[in-house]
Amino acid sequence: MKKTYLHQAHIDAGAKMVDFGGWDMPINYGSQIEEHHAVRQDKGMFDVSHMTIVDLKGPESELFLLKILANDARKLTDGKALYSTMLNEKGGIIDDLITYKRGDNNYRIVVNAGTREKDLAWFEKQIKTFDASITERPKVAMLAVQGPNAITACLTVLPTDIATTLSTLKKFCAIDDEGYFIGRTGYTGEDGVEILVPEDKVIDLWNKLIEAGVKPCGLGARDTLRLEAGMHLYGQDMNEEITPLECGLGWTVRKEDFNFIGADALTALRTQGITKKMTGVVLTERRILRHNQELVDENGLTGIITSGSFSPSAEVAIGMAIVDKNMGKNVKVKIRKKELAVKCIKLPFVRNGKVLIEK
Amino acid sequence: MSYVPDNFKYVESHEWIEVLDNGNVRIGVTEHAQSSLGDIVFVELPEEDSYATGDECGVVESVKTASDIFAPLTGTVVAVNDALEDAPELINENPYDDGWIFEMTVDNADELKDLMTAEEYRNSIEDEE
Repeated sequence: MKKTYLHQAHIDAGAKMVDFGGWDMPINYGSQIEEHHAVRQDKGMFDVSHMTIVDLKGPESELFLLKILANDARKLTDGKALYSTMLNEKGGIIDDLITYKRGDNNYRIVVNAGTREKDLAWFEKQIKTFDASITERPKVAMLAVQGPNAITACLTVLPTDIATTLSTLKKFCAIDDEGYFIGRTGYTGEDGVEILVPEDKVIDLWNKLIEAGVKPCGLGARDTLRLEAGMHLYGQDMNEEITPLECGLGWTVRKEDFNFIGADALTALRTQGITKKMTGVVLTERRILRHNQELVDENGLTGIITSGSFSPSAEVAIGMAIVDKNMGKNVKVKIRKKELAVKCIKLPFVRNGKVLIEK
Repeated sequence: MSYVPDNFKYVESHEWIEVLDNGNVRIGVTEHAQSSLGDIVFVELPEEDSYATGDECGVVESVKTASDIFAPLTGTVVAVNDALEDAPELINENPYDDGWIFEMTVDNADELKDLMTAEEYRNSIEDEE
């Protein structure tokens, strides 16, 4: 199994390790719920070095991005980040990714670990007609430090000049300086940063953050945090069989020019009529919503839970579901032999420490 | 290696069985089971009803997964641990004591002989740990 540079540090911190798409990663360091609360209320960190980092360079880099991304890379200025879906010819989602603009003809792209091979193959295939090149950066480690007090803690451990820049960094922007690449981004619904450093620097950074009171958090807490924040997980809430217009990611699709891969399929789908939508689901009974549970309303319209878990912040079961566009008010979920009533609500469930579910 | 008390009996579904002085049995899930389930958030306790060996009689829901509770013997449920309604984490914290789940009568004492000893249970989970 593949290991990140922090593998031993996780074991030393008492991690329970699991196979995560071929990577031996920490699922928790004792209690997933405590780790979740640490991020919502204070500060925690995740080793996300298993994610794939690629650098894009060359005079036609922007043209390449305009072709492969549904979102508009022309919105990017130096030091800014853009979230987008990447579609196949049918409009299905190959992956979701973040692109940072580092300078003229110089971009950094972070894609999911589980989709590494197919993403790299897709990049290679599509880049052939462009004067641009991509290079994977496997020696770069990545730490997500998240929570209302995360940035304050980072300021105490980073070199002074970088800390000074970080103290005024805007959301969805990045610092790119002396081997530190720091984006004010994340996957938890809280403020925080994602820090990319050469892997020989990461253990020192990890240890200093622990000393600064940042709690190591596993991928279990990362999942409940992103679910509360209504953020999609590739492979569950989206995949190659569904378009962004049908799973709540229409906002990642640009409105103006339609020259990206998948655009024609989306236009056809719009003409034909979109029949599915993404919704948040809350269960008040004392059970848990899970991936793949079926939903049905009073008229027999159906849906499926794409992500479900217990919300440690709201202390109820929550889920994201792809349902019929005309789904009614009285929706039930099938949990084994039982049919229990659920409430469909707008995402997210929690943002910046605040529970948004109406009781 | 998870703690496995010597004086209890066990079944493959990772439940422990303690024979009480009055001949009834008290049942919970093992340290190994709570550790693999992770944080437990809800427990659906058994109804006070009769069950046959292997019947599903309740559910433990953790953040990670739902796990059925099975009756390890034929008998009638006579008590459940109501404290778990508000504090399901007792199973994580103290699976062999405060985290007990239910008590039942034993219709056929011979069934007790089919249960695993602590030694047998330890061997059965060795490969998983």
